[in-house]
Amino acid sequence: MYSEKVMEHFRNPRNVGVIEDADGVGTVGNPVCGDMMTIYIKVKDDRIEDIKFQTFGCAAAIATSSMATELAKGKTLEEALKITKQTVAEALGGLPPQKMHCSNLAAEALKRAIADYLKKQGRIDELKRLGLDKLSEEEEHEEEVCEV
Amino acid sequence: MPYMDYVSGCPVAERVVEAMLPYFKHPGNPSSIHSVGLEARNAMEEARGKVASLIKADSSEIVFTSGATEANNLAIIGYAMRNKSKGKHIIVSAIEHISIINCAKFLQKNGFEVDYAPVDRYGKVKLDELENLVREDTILVSIQHANPEIGTIQDIEKVRDAIKDVTLHVDATASLGKIEVNVERLGVDMLTLSSNDIYGPRGVGALYIRKGVRVNPIILGGGQEKGLRGGTENVAAIVGFGRAAEITMEEWKSEAERLKKMRDRLIEGLLKIEDTFLNGHPTDRLPNNASVRFSYIEGESIILSLDMEGIQASTGSACTSKTLQPSHVLMAIGLKHEEAHGSVVFSLGRWNKEEDVDYVLEKLPPIIERLRMMSPLYLKKKKGGG
Repeated sequence: MYSEKVMEHFRNPRNVGVIEDADGVGTVGNPVCGDMMTIYIKVKDDRIEDIKFQTFGCAAAIATSSMATELAKGKTLEEALKITKQTVAEALGGLPPQKMHCSNLAAEALKRAIADYLKKQGRIDELKRLGLDKLSEEEEHEEEVCEV
Repeated sequence: MPYMDYVSGCPVAERVVEAMLPYFKHPGNPSSIHSVGLEARNAMEEARGKVASLIKADSSEIVFTSGATEANNLAIIGYAMRNKSKGKHIIVSAIEHISIINCAKFLQKNGFEVDYAPVDRYGKVKLDELENLVREDTILVSIQHANPEIGTIQDIEKVRDAIKDVTLHVDATASLGKIEVNVERLGVDMLTLSSNDIYGPRGVGALYIRKGVRVNPIILGGGQEKGLRGGTENVAAIVGFGRAAEITMEEWKSEAERLKKMRDRLIEGLLKIEDTFLNGHPTDRLPNNASVRFSYIEGESIILSLDMEGIQASTGSACTSKTLQPSHVLMAIGLKHEEAHGSVVFSLGRWNKEEDVDYVLEKLPPIIERLRMMSPLYLKKKKGGG
């Protein structure tokens, strides 16, 4: 069902954990849907210096979180924002169609962590320029509807 | 390397394979009137007798099918089509096998009315509510004997009392060979049997139809199985099913005791893991079923992690289903989605040994711990001091 790369990241996920003094935190999904992710970032000179994740979910959810954090590590914020569900899925050698939403969650959690960072820094103009201002609103109105 | 997914599939016993071998090559068609055809017919009828004996039925009451799913289709759709002039209302329990649920839905789309009998949190059909659902025009009630996913056994005799003289179909796929299945004592009109679940081959099952109960065939053909199932019979598989029934009759009691002992030890060990709960009834359950749920983590991750250690089990988590919906059984017993996601079923069988239980109890806790350490829900719980 899963590619070898997915299984490898599921077995040995990179960057698992929590950054207690994170500069930005992004959470997506909810337990009702069976997957939930939190990504923590540490930023220096607009570059993701450190990144960690926590995930509740299936093997695909864990592998996509691992891959998304690995892809984002060391990248500038703007570069990291270019990571999409396709980027993550491709890097994992593909995902079964019904598991593509996991990939989306990972990309989304990363985006939210970056948005959180910019917000905390008071960089509202940039937030708007990057189209991240609306993200945060959605998060507050998180519905218990599962995206399939 | 313990296989504990007998609910999904059972190995075929060597003794069964031996009985089947001559009939793989045998050309005889049971419908032919010559001697070669007769050989095949005799082998088939002998098997029919063995299957009938296992459930204390008469061999004339056994119709061979391609498996339990087809038997369920024949019972529900075949019975409804034949008896629609008597009424168009049927009742099935909310935790029936998906083949029953989908037959009920099919009938609903075709002019029948269906009610789903609710179950309590242990998975027992609520008998008073079932009684209230029965109407003047109720022609059929279908309640499984035991649930493969949560292990709960229904009180079929009490179901019979509750529905009075309405025709009763019972799916005994999960219970056959694990607990006593006696059609007279249960008071059933139709009963579904599966071969593979008693270590017979796949591709064969049967429907017991009590004398006098009328059903329409759902597979039309040349009048085989007294006109109830068209198509040349799968003689080798039927012979295997017969042999499996014979072995089951001799061995099921001691085997059930052996499995129950192991299973009890497994459940006891599993429940020692923090925030782990039993699904299904604590005592009225199949002797081989251990169904539990682990909080804060998801079933597919658990199953794949177990598989890496050589342990096979199954889950009712939405993430492994084709529809991404959690199991209807777990929903019907009132679990929340997030609870259903962490469910794992260990189902034991003839080839499991005591040391398999030790192995699972050794390998599982670190897996649960590892997945929980990754889970934001667990962190939240720990921070909350809960």
